[in-house]
Amino acid sequence: MSLPSVQEPLLNKISGTDQKQVKIPKKIPESLRRTKAINIPNLDETQIIRHFHHLSQRNFGIDTGIYPLGSCTMKYNPKINEEIASWPQFSCLHPHQHESTIQGTLQMMYELENMLSELTGMDAFTLQPAAGAHGEFLGMLLARTYHQNNNDSKRVDVITPDTSHGTNPASISMAGFNVVEIPSTEEGTVDVSLLKKTVSERTACFMLTNPNTLGIFESDILEIADIVHDAGGLLYYDGANMNAIMGKVRPGDMGFDIVHLNLHKTFSSPHGGGGPGSGPIGVSKRLIPFLPVPRIQKKKDTYGFTYDHPQSVGKIKGFYGNVDVLLRAYTYILMMGANGLQKASEIAVLNANYLKKKILEKPGFDLPFRDLRKHEFVLSAEELRKNKKVRAMDVAKRLLDYGVHPPTMYFPLIVKEALMIEPTETEPKNALDEYAQILHKIASEDAEIVKSAPSNTVVGRVDEVNATRNPVLTWKQIKESEK
Amino acid sequence: MKFIPNAAFEREMLKELNLSSIDDLFTDIPSSVQIKNLDLDEGLSQQETEKKLLRLANKNKSCQNMISFLGGGIKPHYIPAAVKSIQHRSEFFTAYTPYQSEASQGFLQAMFEYQSMIAELTGMDIANCSLYDGITAIGEAALMATRITKKSIFLIPSNLSWEKKSVLNNYAKGPSITVKEIAFNEKTGQLDESSLEKLLSDKVSGVYIENPNTFGIFESHIEQLIKKIHEYNALSVVGTDPFSLGIVKSPGEYDADITIGEGRGLGNPMNFGGSGLGLFACKQKFIRQIPGRLIGLTKDSNGNDAFCMSLQTREQHIRRGKATSNICTNEGLCALGTAAYLSWLGGNNLLEISKINFERGQSLSKAISKVNRFSKPFTGTHFNEFVIKSPIDPVSLNNKLITHGIQGGLPLQRWFPTMKNMMLFGITEIYDEKDIKRFISVLEEVIA
Repeated sequence: MSLPSVQEPLLNKISGTDQKQVKIPKKIPESLRRTKAINIPNLDETQIIRHFHHLSQRNFGIDTGIYPLGSCTMKYNPKINEEIASWPQFSCLHPHQHESTIQGTLQMMYELENMLSELTGMDAFTLQPAAGAHGEFLGMLLARTYHQNNNDSKRVDVITPDTSHGTNPASISMAGFNVVEIPSTEEGTVDVSLLKKTVSERTACFMLTNPNTLGIFESDILEIADIVHDAGGLLYYDGANMNAIMGKVRPGDMGFDIVHLNLHKTFSSPHGGGGPGSGPIGVSKRLIPFLPVPRIQKKKDTYGFTYDHPQSVGKIKGFYGNVDVLLRAYTYILMMGANGLQKASEIAVLNANYLKKKILEKPGFDLPFRDLRKHEFVLSAEELRKNKKVRAMDVAKRLLDYGVHPPTMYFPLIVKEALMIEPTETEPKNALDEYAQILHKIASEDAEIVKSAPSNTVVGRVDEVNATRNPVLTWKQIKESEK
Repeated sequence: MKFIPNAAFEREMLKELNLSSIDDLFTDIPSSVQIKNLDLDEGLSQQETEKKLLRLANKNKSCQNMISFLGGGIKPHYIPAAVKSIQHRSEFFTAYTPYQSEASQGFLQAMFEYQSMIAELTGMDIANCSLYDGITAIGEAALMATRITKKSIFLIPSNLSWEKKSVLNNYAKGPSITVKEIAFNEKTGQLDESSLEKLLSDKVSGVYIENPNTFGIFESHIEQLIKKIHEYNALSVVGTDPFSLGIVKSPGEYDADITIGEGRGLGNPMNFGGSGLGLFACKQKFIRQIPGRLIGLTKDSNGNDAFCMSLQTREQHIRRGKATSNICTNEGLCALGTAAYLSWLGGNNLLEISKINFERGQSLSKAISKVNRFSKPFTGTHFNEFVIKSPIDPVSLNNKLITHGIQGGLPLQRWFPTMKNMMLFGITEIYDEKDIKRFISVLEEVIA
């Protein structure tokens, strides 16, 4: 990757002006007065802009190139989203402002809830969760409250396949449920007969991603829904892979009771180097009373918040959700419309299957499990490991040398040397062709070159083991470690 | 088709796959649940979209177009253009979580600097690189205190906002944490020391104290309170307003174990309470129990300095059901904004802005309490938020003020049923003495 290789000094190593003493107002209680300066350098704006500008040049984003991280849906983020989100009429609003001064935002949120309900086939939505995992946590709390409300508190188990995203079991535990992981079949799908044996009067919920993390659609979904429901459990839809099915099939129609969506994936809001995201939760009718407050209500042409929902779980986050992210998703849905969203999913699936075929045309990588995939697929680099001792990690690092971003690695765990690829619908055909060619090249390259990659990046391969063994997390700790 | 370049090559690509129709790619979906189309409007052009959104935007009234003295833990602060410019570098905002270190050195270093500056500001050893907001951070801190101490009671001030209590209550459900409330002193508005003493026991995992508290008042005895808490081997969790830290001691100086807070105001807009920034810092000895992502300095294969995610073994993508938190997506871009903001201000101006916020708060509260029949119910020294007792119902007062383009304080009865006629006001550096003057003259007019 041709990014500047000169190291950018740490901010506190850039020379600025001296620290000065400040007079603390007399009214501040003696016991609380600050006595020390704050050790943040005093620099000029020129220095700061250059510093962060140099840092940005040492970073790869979607605007740099293809970014096919599996299960992450790294699609292009339309620029208009950013422009609208930055309008002060939206961004400079206090959450407790007088209702007459926030009608535009309330209308946007109200309409977005309805749009998401239609997209997923659910009966109601809350926009409150700040991220997918946060939505999962809320979903688990809703399941818990639902069963408690039915005097059914013995339901303490939540079942999830071994291919599930890491957040699934983490959210299950965080809500106080037991995680029951079931192994997948040899086809990479839910083992229906095992599920039948696993469900019981202790089952609170079954948490499923469909298509699953292998990109395989769980074709037995209707039977799965019956099994879970007959046992008295709820069915949870992890919407991380929603980009595969918009306008083709809806979670609500498949029998799901709780659905989360990742607006920062499917609905084009940027990932921001880790966030902010948004993880709205949709539910079927029987769970509506438990949704967080406030809910948004429309009376004639006026929108308002309502808090009088006695069975509600309360709040999961301050205020009403990551409204700026909601605004981007709303903008995107308006632009795409019904046909555009359907086309996005169709081409996301076409791109994945096309890229998969292109890669498999030449030796190097295998595709465990069935051929037809949805928006993503998982390759195995096991042959390369066996033949050349080249691992999935090495392939990923070598991809960086060719100026493209690697796929998700070593996930799901049931595929050896996994490379999980999701190109999304926003990648042009030539980018897909080129990606396949690069992978072919890497597969045939000298093992030593691949194993020592990357060599064209701003730094060589980073020692992550050391970062965990000897964590140095701040400027202060650098000083201490130098002592 | 917008943002779908291959829509134009659909037939060609299908042919390569030996398929005749796009529907051949969806044959694995049971036909009984397949749908033909969605019941949504047809797509708009970008221009039409912008027009529609502008109509919506104009139904709002932003803080830039009125005077707003709303408190409640979130307030407008000035955002320098340089901060926005840095945040809008698309290499940052279109990047994913930095799993591939070699392609993410820029963002990783920015996050390392964010952690460093938060540690400097709070006086703590380490900080993570963000949680969702300051409110969920209370929940995560309670979970962390429970993990560390293996005890089951968590204490909070009774005058915490209803929203915070509700969120904490939800986070507490998993490990069945019992949350108990410490009374406040009706005269000073500060935490009641004897109430705390009564509640402290060997079963207490941690105590949450805000400084300044919900009423905006500084807890001047916090050092003593924390000593008491430590006598019971419980952890002290301090909620701070970062803007106050230029003039008051950092929580690290009075031995806080965990420091949290809302960092949004440091370089990020209010966004109607949207994307926030949960500050989370703690003592080094708790490093393996901290929730969220950590960025560390290490070496690359050539022996040069490089950054990467550290202690990933605590996180959900490795630990799954045994992770310290389920958090994955965080508030990275807001943390970047804060890193840019803090470096733009520098240590010196941080002290200055802190002082300005304090002084404006004093000035506004003094002015309001001079208005006939308005008064300050608490004697404790406050920062830039404070409680005022209004002679008339706060909701109807606000209804009158808004017709003059002024947003009054937050009616507190909604949170605390006994606090009739009490309002929580707040002010920051963006409003000056002129604005205060105008507010007071309108206030006098509407209650006359």
